[in-house]
Amino acid sequence: MIANTFAYERAVSVDEALRLLKESGGDATVLAGGHSILPLMKIRLTTLEKLIDISRIPELKGIQQKGDRLEIGALTTHAEISKDPTVKETIPALAEAAASIGDIQVRNRGTVGGNIAHADPASDLPALAVAFDANIDIQSTEGTETFTAEDFFLGPLITAIPENSILKTVSFAIPPKEAKSTYVKYAHPATGYAVVGVAAAIGQMEDGMITYARVGITGVGDIAFRAEEVERTLIGNKPTEDLVQEAAKKATEGQEMGSDLFASEEYRHHLCQVYTKRALNKLLF
Amino acid sequence: MANIFGTPLKRREDPRLITGKGKFTDDIQLPGMLYAAMLRSPHAHANIKSINTVNAEQADGVVAIYTGKDLQGKMEPIPTAWLPPDSNIQTPDHPALAMDKVRYVGDAVAMVIAESRYAARDALDLIDVEYETLPVNVDQEKAMADNATLLHDGVENNLAYHWKAGSVAEEVFDQSEVVIKQRFRQQRLIPNPMEMRASVADYNSASGDMTIWCTSQNPHIHRFILSGVLGIPESKLQIISVDVGGGFGCKIAVYPGEALVGFAARELNRPIKWAEDRSEHFLSTTHGRDVILDVELAGKRDGTFEALRIKNIANMGAYLSTAGPGVETILFGLITPGPYRIKHAQVETYGVFTNTTPTDAYRGAGRPEATYLIERMVDLYANEIGMDPLEIRRRNLIGKDEFPYDNALGLQYDSGDYERSLDKALEMLDYEKFRSEQEEARNQGKYIGVGFSTYVEICGLGPSKVAGAVGFQGGLWESATIRVHPTGKVSVFTGTSPHGQGEETTFAQIVSQKFGIPQEDIEVIHSDTDRIPMGWGTYGSRTTPVGGAAIAIAADRVLNKAKKIAAHMLEAAEEDIDFVDGSFQVKGVPDSAASFADVTLQAYVAWDLPDGIEPALEEQAFYDPDNFVYPFGAHACIVEIDAETGEIEIKRYIAVDDPGPVINPMVAEGQVHGGIVQGVGQALWEGAVYNEQGQLLSGTFMDYTMPKARFFPNFEAAFTETPSPVNQLGVKGIGETGTIAATPAVVNAVIDALEPFGVKELDMPLTPEKIWSVLQNGRKTE
Repeated sequence: MIANTFAYERAVSVDEALRLLKESGGDATVLAGGHSILPLMKIRLTTLEKLIDISRIPELKGIQQKGDRLEIGALTTHAEISKDPTVKETIPALAEAAASIGDIQVRNRGTVGGNIAHADPASDLPALAVAFDANIDIQSTEGTETFTAEDFFLGPLITAIPENSILKTVSFAIPPKEAKSTYVKYAHPATGYAVVGVAAAIGQMEDGMITYARVGITGVGDIAFRAEEVERTLIGNKPTEDLVQEAAKKATEGQEMGSDLFASEEYRHHLCQVYTKRALNKLLF
Repeated sequence: MANIFGTPLKRREDPRLITGKGKFTDDIQLPGMLYAAMLRSPHAHANIKSINTVNAEQADGVVAIYTGKDLQGKMEPIPTAWLPPDSNIQTPDHPALAMDKVRYVGDAVAMVIAESRYAARDALDLIDVEYETLPVNVDQEKAMADNATLLHDGVENNLAYHWKAGSVAEEVFDQSEVVIKQRFRQQRLIPNPMEMRASVADYNSASGDMTIWCTSQNPHIHRFILSGVLGIPESKLQIISVDVGGGFGCKIAVYPGEALVGFAARELNRPIKWAEDRSEHFLSTTHGRDVILDVELAGKRDGTFEALRIKNIANMGAYLSTAGPGVETILFGLITPGPYRIKHAQVETYGVFTNTTPTDAYRGAGRPEATYLIERMVDLYANEIGMDPLEIRRRNLIGKDEFPYDNALGLQYDSGDYERSLDKALEMLDYEKFRSEQEEARNQGKYIGVGFSTYVEICGLGPSKVAGAVGFQGGLWESATIRVHPTGKVSVFTGTSPHGQGEETTFAQIVSQKFGIPQEDIEVIHSDTDRIPMGWGTYGSRTTPVGGAAIAIAADRVLNKAKKIAAHMLEAAEEDIDFVDGSFQVKGVPDSAASFADVTLQAYVAWDLPDGIEPALEEQAFYDPDNFVYPFGAHACIVEIDAETGEIEIKRYIAVDDPGPVINPMVAEGQVHGGIVQGVGQALWEGAVYNEQGQLLSGTFMDYTMPKARFFPNFEAAFTETPSPVNQLGVKGIGETGTIAATPAVVNAVIDALEPFGVKELDMPLTPEKIWSVLQNGRKTE
């Protein structure tokens, strides 16, 4: 639990951070809340030459609604997201997910940017990112590049972030006004990570007809995915128990389930459907 | 003065501990101190072909590197201190650093000493060890097979010992109306106190004095053993373990770590610190449980038990830890009949070496295993004959008029009123109502269950003559010294070694009650071998029934002497002096009185003492109990099972424990709460997992689930107080009751909830997936 010797520098602006990254010639990694990188270093799963601390860069913090998107600075903590009135108003599922991460200490230190950039397959926020068309802005000295969640998450702990660049903001598409959203998860009892986590949003017409449906699922496979078959099954129909049952059954369609000491592939498959159903039931009934 | 014995005082330890003012071993900083790091084997079983330390020696900050051969002639192997008699126990050497072979992942191979902890850690990666891997034994039953690879030369079938107690004739089973047979597997647990193990050694080459600070539950046992291992007279070896952040049994043992820092401090003539990290802790600090139990319970169709027969195959790990061989034999075996009238009993244990971390005591140590098996068997028996689990318990519980009661394995239960605690638990529960709710729930496809555990445990270890008879290589009496200072303030020195349990508070309450002085005037001092004459430490729920009882005796001796001085001061006969509310009074003359402080001052100035009375006021007691003590109680747990996912929720947990008179209800409840959490942890979440290569897969908190507060409802805890006749306070110990009782209560509740599915036994931990598999099979056809 003792990291190898590494260099450390603190950047006060994004420009400085980018300069320091470039100067280090690919040997440096960005440190924000430290809740992913430091444990990896301490158990020596990774050895790093240099950490560039971006945790005190003011321009990377904050939550604002910009039109139909909710834009969140990379350094915004889970605690801040979970308590933010705009988040609660526009995408309550995001506030619920942030509130379910780790424990109080983790939520006070861990950041949305760090969480997304780490791309842990059991992490909660990627479910929200895929469900709500997240745009992930990556800045380098060349400029800013925007990735969709689909293009961004490439595998477990693997993302499309190019070298010498910084995840600057994550923005989520705000569901239509009439839509409700939620996040439910089966938390691993050891860690609180999602064994399965389901972010869902449903919009209905006054007669109950479902016009909008989004379902993002994390924890069960290598990367979070959007369960489009579930959405398609719901849209254009009035909600019934049978419809929800039928839709939830499609949550695992085309997806490979992981397995570990806690839950087999078969059990994850089952949990994925059950928790999808629960998320939908919570919104519909 | 009102009674302070029985008052829920806040723990005096807490302000220090929760504001970071505690002094733990890793807080010790000494001038010129160096740091040790251990290179541990990545293989479970391998011959060491060569060790190359050249690169590591040249690394920055590295001062020295030692391997097994460097220790030869300079320190002895780590011994085992519990040798059950007539068990053919094998005690192969446990070298502090492996010599030619490693026997588990985590076995220490080399020690680096460096100027900083970082340099020491980095240098580990520069040591080159060439291993030749060998076949691995992880499972104890497989390790006993004739074709299994042997861990230790000359230890056939990897059998460390075979112990047996009691005997039941085969006819008893043949002729019984009912015989229930069941195999139970108690999974391996990994104790995780908040503070991990650490040690610091400081050697004075001129005087030959050695001080070792270490995380010990029993500093005098550490001194006793390390004195032999290091070849340092006890008179020159001081062990200090003042603040220890929890132990739960895993800090009883003497480990290579504390011996190695002593060795290195002497070699290098500089202080050495070693502190394990959590990953190291998972691998190299002792584990608990890991037994396979084959049990038969025989009796009549009317529910009367007659005979119990048990075979325990216990996984000892790669070496025999300090108290390891006593856990699954003496501490486990003799109490297996539990609180029930069972005429015949036989128990045997096979202790087996495997390529895993050594096992030793873990909260409850043997008694949770015993209680689990009998409480599960009682439920299985009831199920077999179609009797209510409470009715069968009542039918077999030893009655309150039957004490002292000799159980079938030679223990004499000193006292008890088992039905009283059960009645109290049922009052809190409302059993009839629950059963009707359960029926209703089942009709709606919801599954709730209730489980009971009526237990008795053997605590207050223990009479030294028994310790000797069962092979414990030490005594189990306790010392107490009470030093009353001239001003009437008091220092109490105990040979026990509290490390989180709260005895700094409760022992002060005992003395405050005796002397009638404010508890704030009393300090409790422990865990320093230079300040405490002798003692055997804290484990086995012995601290209060043995250590606390010793304090009560020493207090009586102080009062006895003080009374003589008071009589002289008050010009009265000794027998005319009453000690009331902290004041010595002449009978019938309330105005003629001397306070406790007046008398102590006189004892010290000694201007006018009665003839034959020595100055000062300090008394000592070395108390050896005549018997163990036997706390008992009844726990009940209600669970609800999520019929879709198999998740288990604990809806209610009721604990009625009888530890004798309760000194401090808040501290006692705290002990019960913590114990329950650990007991439920075993039932539902915890469990070490090794793969076939002997790699510990559950080696971090990512995979090893520690129970968390949010997993539990508010506990409903209550006490009955049946005094033990064994000690003058009547106290019996409360530190382990929760762990002992909770595991079977929870499992019984889950099995009860799953009754419609016809399931009778499930291996712990009862993970949701296991329950889901049961649910998948569907309800049995009625």
